[in-house]
Amino acid sequence: MRSRAMSTVQTERAISVTVNGVPREATVPVRWLLSDALRNEFGLTGTHVGCEHGVCGSCTVLVDGEPTRSCLVLAVQVDGRQVTTVEGLSRPDHQGGQVLHPIQEAFRECHALQCGFCTPGFLTTIAAGLDARDASVEITEEEVDELVGGNLCRCTGYANIKKACRYAAAAMRESAIVATKAQDGGAR
Amino acid sequence: MKPASFGYADPTTVEDALDVLAADEGAKVLAGGQSLLPLLSMRLAAPTTLVDINRVPGLDGITVSRDGVRVGALVRHVQLLHSAEAAAAQPLLGRATANVAHPAIRNRGTTVGSIAHADPSGEMTSVLALTDGSVTVATPGGRATIGWGDFFVGPLETSVHGPAVVLDAFFPALPERSGTAFAEISRRKGDYAVCGAGVVVTLDADRRVSSARAAYLSVGLVPEVHDLTDAVAGKPVDSADWAAAGELARGLVDPDGDLHASADYRRLLVATLTERTLATAAAEAARRTA
Repeated sequence: MRSRAMSTVQTERAISVTVNGVPREATVPVRWLLSDALRNEFGLTGTHVGCEHGVCGSCTVLVDGEPTRSCLVLAVQVDGRQVTTVEGLSRPDHQGGQVLHPIQEAFRECHALQCGFCTPGFLTTIAAGLDARDASVEITEEEVDELVGGNLCRCTGYANIKKACRYAAAAMRESAIVATKAQDGGAR
Repeated sequence: MKPASFGYADPTTVEDALDVLAADEGAKVLAGGQSLLPLLSMRLAAPTTLVDINRVPGLDGITVSRDGVRVGALVRHVQLLHSAEAAAAQPLLGRATANVAHPAIRNRGTTVGSIAHADPSGEMTSVLALTDGSVTVATPGGRATIGWGDFFVGPLETSVHGPAVVLDAFFPALPERSGTAFAEISRRKGDYAVCGAGVVVTLDADRRVSSARAAYLSVGLVPEVHDLTDAVAGKPVDSADWAAAGELARGLVDPDGDLHASADYRRLLVATLTERTLATAAAEAARRTA
């Protein structure tokens, strides 16, 4: 006789996940990828599905802040986690509108997209990379290569995407320096 | 490009995981999923049950001792990449992991999972072989340590059949007076290597080469380690002929050609990467012998 209860094998499961700061609940087939749940269940079609096997990077989202291919994670695996999609990169400006993330501003400024299919994956990946680094330090070419290296773009040739990375890093550096000065001033 | 239907369970103990695996012959373990989920989506694999071990506690640690580095089944590539302790004991770990895919994949993929996946183009399979490492496997009958040579059987195939969970991989520490290097050629950084090489060079107390060994990626059906010492044995580290070792390696390997590289081109890459990495590893060994 079995001395302990075996885990149940399920084909459908209820999940709770915080998506772009909003708690969401859904019952999903266990075979659904996170990308399926985001697009079909939560209506967040900003996450684009390109190759659907981890090569192109278009579907990259942030799971607990870390860039993750949403086509390489099952929806049931993000139960209890925080997911950020491209729709969640902007921040409220406290006047009823939204402020773009610096990398979104930079993509617009540097013409870093053409057809736009790969853009959400680039934006989430680069935003997380820029947010994680020390903004006061100038960005290196190697860092930029690493930021864009996991994503495919068939239009731009990457030159303007890399330009946007440098542009955003410079803008974030300026903000960091201003913030430090303000802090120093306030301390006096 | 969607996985076929399967059942899903996420047990919280190894014993429970083994029970679920034992209850279904078509069940498969899911850890990081960065190799398994593409296989599912491309319908190259269609397990009837996925046993997700991510909720099993105690499998996410890196344990460093004088003997080597033990990497738990849920340690992500990114953890190993940033472990200074692991790198100090066995520098190949960080050096090889830096070549594993892209940051987004490294955030989720596991070192042990890529070893259990037994892909001969995987970085960590060849590092396990080169360091003469082993894995710990749990089965309903108990736990067993399996050396790399008995573990890898063929491409994507190991000697472990039936219900089993690989609990950890053990990488022996780098011997003294030794240096390592790892390099690969891929069409895009982070893609599967067209060819890759990891090497260990060991010197004697007089700074003469006493051993030179290499393991290759994307060259054979299973990870293979080649002893290249004959080409450089007893030579002072500063004047050893690494190109000769590269030529020796070129004759020892028997790669297949594919869409990305002919067999001859792969042999050329083996010779070139061997020469380069041995020179780099020897310089490091010399520094550690000074």
